[in-house]
Amino acid sequence: MQKKRKLVNYAKWGYIFILPFFASFLIFSLIPLVDTIRYSFYEYFRSGIKEIGPNFIGMANYASLIESDMLKYAGNTLILWLIGFIPQIVIALTLASWFVDVRMKIRCQQFFKVVIYLPNLIMASAFAMLFFTLFSKSGPVNSILMSLGVISEVIDFMRTALGVRSLVGTMNFLMWFGNTTIMLMAAIMGISPDIFEASEIDGCNSMQRFFRITLPLIRPILAYTLITSIIGGLQMFDVPQILTNGQGNPDRTSMTLIMFLNSHLRSKNYGMAGALSVYLFIVSGILCFIVYKITNDNDPDGSKAAAKAKKKRGGR
Amino acid sequence: MSSKSFNRFRTVFAHVLLIFLSFLCLFFFYILIINATHSHAELQRGFYALPGTSFFKNFNGVANNGEFPMVRGIINSLIVSGCSAAICIYFSALTAYGLYAYDFKLKKIAFTFIMMILVMPTQVTAMGFLRLITKMGMYDSLLPLIIPSIASPAVFYFMYSYMESSLPLSLVEAARIDGSWEFRTFNQIVLPIMKPAMAVQAIFTFVGSWNNYFVPALVIQSKDKMTVPILIALLRGADYMNRDMGKIYMMILLAIVPIILVYLLLSKYIIAGVTLGGVKG
Amino acid sequence: MKKKLLSVLLTTAVLAGTLAGCGNSNSGGSSDGGTSTDAPAADAPTADAPAAEGGDAAAASSDEGKVINIYSFNDELRTRITAVYPAIENTSDDGTVSTLNDGTEIHWIINPNQDGVYQDKLDEALMNQADAAADDKVDLFAAELDYIVKYTDADVDVAMPLSDLGINPDSDLADQFAFTKTVASDANGVQRASTWQACPGVLVYRRDIAKDVFGTDDPAEIGKKTADWATMKTTAEELKAKGYYAFSSYADTFRTYGNNIAGPWVEAGSSTIKVDQKILDWVTDSKDWMDAGYFDPTVTGQWTSDWFTAMSSSSKVFAYLFPAWGIDTQMVPNWDGAEGSWAVTNAPLPYNWGGTYLVAATGTDNPGHVKDIIMALTGNQDNLTKVAKEYTEFTNAQSVMEAAASNDEFNSAFLGSQNPYGYFADSLSSIKMAPLSSYDQGCVELIQNAFGDYLQGQIDYDTAKSNFETAIIERYPEITEIQWP
Repeated sequence: MQKKRKLVNYAKWGYIFILPFFASFLIFSLIPLVDTIRYSFYEYFRSGIKEIGPNFIGMANYASLIESDMLKYAGNTLILWLIGFIPQIVIALTLASWFVDVRMKIRCQQFFKVVIYLPNLIMASAFAMLFFTLFSKSGPVNSILMSLGVISEVIDFMRTALGVRSLVGTMNFLMWFGNTTIMLMAAIMGISPDIFEASEIDGCNSMQRFFRITLPLIRPILAYTLITSIIGGLQMFDVPQILTNGQGNPDRTSMTLIMFLNSHLRSKNYGMAGALSVYLFIVSGILCFIVYKITNDNDPDGSKAAAKAKKKRGGR
Repeated sequence: MSSKSFNRFRTVFAHVLLIFLSFLCLFFFYILIINATHSHAELQRGFYALPGTSFFKNFNGVANNGEFPMVRGIINSLIVSGCSAAICIYFSALTAYGLYAYDFKLKKIAFTFIMMILVMPTQVTAMGFLRLITKMGMYDSLLPLIIPSIASPAVFYFMYSYMESSLPLSLVEAARIDGSWEFRTFNQIVLPIMKPAMAVQAIFTFVGSWNNYFVPALVIQSKDKMTVPILIALLRGADYMNRDMGKIYMMILLAIVPIILVYLLLSKYIIAGVTLGGVKG
Repeated sequence: MKKKLLSVLLTTAVLAGTLAGCGNSNSGGSSDGGTSTDAPAADAPTADAPAAEGGDAAAASSDEGKVINIYSFNDELRTRITAVYPAIENTSDDGTVSTLNDGTEIHWIINPNQDGVYQDKLDEALMNQADAAADDKVDLFAAELDYIVKYTDADVDVAMPLSDLGINPDSDLADQFAFTKTVASDANGVQRASTWQACPGVLVYRRDIAKDVFGTDDPAEIGKKTADWATMKTTAEELKAKGYYAFSSYADTFRTYGNNIAGPWVEAGSSTIKVDQKILDWVTDSKDWMDAGYFDPTVTGQWTSDWFTAMSSSSKVFAYLFPAWGIDTQMVPNWDGAEGSWAVTNAPLPYNWGGTYLVAATGTDNPGHVKDIIMALTGNQDNLTKVAKEYTEFTNAQSVMEAAASNDEFNSAFLGSQNPYGYFADSLSSIKMAPLSSYDQGCVELIQNAFGDYLQGQIDYDTAKSNFETAIIERYPEITEIQWP
């Protein structure tokens, strides 16, 4: 009798605990989202200080976006993200495994940890501005390279697609590799030391240990990193926006999707911005569904199932 | 023997790489600090390796400028980021616990739903968000920058993952047997275990909120409510009459000093917390 | 216990912030000392002439709002108004609030022009004008020539006709240059804005480079070498032979072409952009000059740090094309050599660049004060003389400017004691004011961006064209067609 009453109570607590989250989401995200979707079917913009619309035009906004260069900007976004993310995840995994490896005897660990996280603190817009000044034709990087004799003629980073893309990638890498390192380190340290000890007794070398034990065990956090990075990549805005003054120079090769969205928001074109938002929403949904499936479905060591079973028992 | 020398090589290599990366990271801060001590005219002429003498001139230029109320901006940013981080980690942990520890009908749907909205870019709802808060009378106030952080799917997911790896439900059950009230169980037993995850997420949220430009730029209208990134953008965008690179560098410097202080305070705690979590796990 | 450390830390941070906030606002409120130097100084010399207007303001203010909100994109407008409006008693140290002698406050709301921030905020405020409380209403705002048409449109009706304020443009503003009145009028010829400056462009050159290459730095002699674009090209070749650049970049020459287009970018009521032949001439000529090496290759546009650096003594750039404000606000702060190293002469083609217009917002609750301010700054010869002397501006008063050209008091130390007003006046007299449209700002900005890539050799001509089309439709969704000549 008592047991049953408790069960009902617990379910109630579950609802109570998740209520604030959903209430806040409903008000501040869902209602705006519905509003955004609604206007994506309207012609609705501002011309000067006159408002035009809203006039219902069906799917016209969606069609004209498909005809525009949207896919090109999606490609740009992907390239810019990859240039930053690949070195970011490789370096972060390496550093995280070094930091927790007692045999590596990394000196001044605390110092390095603090330092590599620092760039994440500086706001993206300020960081981009700094890069813009540093890499301008008359900036310090060019003058240092010239005086060292590395180059004979100033490099105009801002005028080549490769230059701008590498700068954006470098900035994203610098801003996020420290963050990822700390996150992965937290995950690796969460692994029971017993497992590592056992592996050492079994004669595992550090490579084997890394690929056979560490990687599989931190998979949830890796997935988390990947997902947040994909969202971050899709949302990439501040850095290329400020580096290229919103133009995506040269020839719009560094124009990202959100910069494209921003230019519609800026011209107060609510209809077009709404349609673009819906596209973005769908794309990000698909991407993350894929990642989530890949990282969570196969369950080779059965730990996931075990956790689930454990959880079920716990819930009762 | 060979494995030993391999290890030594690896250690040396690791240090070289770390020093190189640290150099990259610190180089920009160094230039920022150096440039903040030079006058605009000096900066126009080129790059300096050593500090200049215009630090206080630039500082006064930034501090006494009503067009860019920097002190007010830093206070606003502290309020927004502090409150956001606090309520964000608390409610995310609460939500994660609600879905992790209890079984109820809508549980699976709720979880899937959060995973779905995890991927939703903020900018997507910007337009409707602005219209909504205008209707609610919260336009040009700090509240709409704080309250929505209650629903942070990414932080929720991190907390959930951490609970899966580090929060044994037997502990909760034990508390129940002791007659602990569910809310008390969460606050006094679950939260301490979640400390490392909360510390990490607190600083991430704080930084994210501190550096957020997109939403405040939409919402904030009046000067005395502006946060630091809007002010920076204002200063950067300020046209020819105000263009003074010395002041701009000084302002960026002022904008990141408070956050670096908070970070240095919390960083020790984070590392300690992580170690703690590792031992317990 | 330890578990609360985090929240304690955060709370402390917040609390400290709040406390600091209290302290700050206290000190800010009580620091309205008499430290604002220019305001009291402005009172004394001009006291007699505008005193009557000051008296008017006090009388009118009994039924007027207590706050005058002035929107502007930089503090230029504030310094000018403070210099000429005697009713201003003092201005707070941070420059956000000025108090008038009748107790009315001016609130200066300044947002930067760049990225459209200023217009966004202004538009937002103007659209809420009807619902705003009296003291929150926009009373007066500044608009640049590039987008003045957007606000003076009679249908939009955000700008009050000057006649509604009690200003008769034909008699009260008779001394203004005619073209400044034309561009400030709506399609029906009703003047809705007024400016204190006319912006005829000249060519500003380095005296030392002139001596080195041409053996003289005399403005009249140099003027012959820059008389038109054909001669200018020969001159550029001479400069190049000695290792100098004629101009810093192709963006510098744009205004001389863009200001001489035959028809507006967009006809009133149309949704077609017509690109003028002059614009394409600019592209062709600039490509020519680029390939010939007459521009400084490090500079790729205006308002960039490279551009500013090219104004300093280490640069090899011979000349800039600027109106009066450019010399005072751009060249002076960026020049690091001896004073008097520059001089002014005629540009290859006369042009007008910019101009800040004062607009009274429809619905203002301070029409009396607004009228006084507009009249003091844009319709008072004494004040316009003062502004010209103090800031080397070419002010909007024909009689004053004619007198200035032959008055040594208007000589400029920066220009080596040259009196530039003759050259400004010459340029002005031959300006054929370009027909304006409300799309000018976007068109001018985006066409330079699109063809900048082409001129840098990044893309071909047709790609530049299509990039312009894409960008302009993004900016102005109502545009349906782009016609090339």
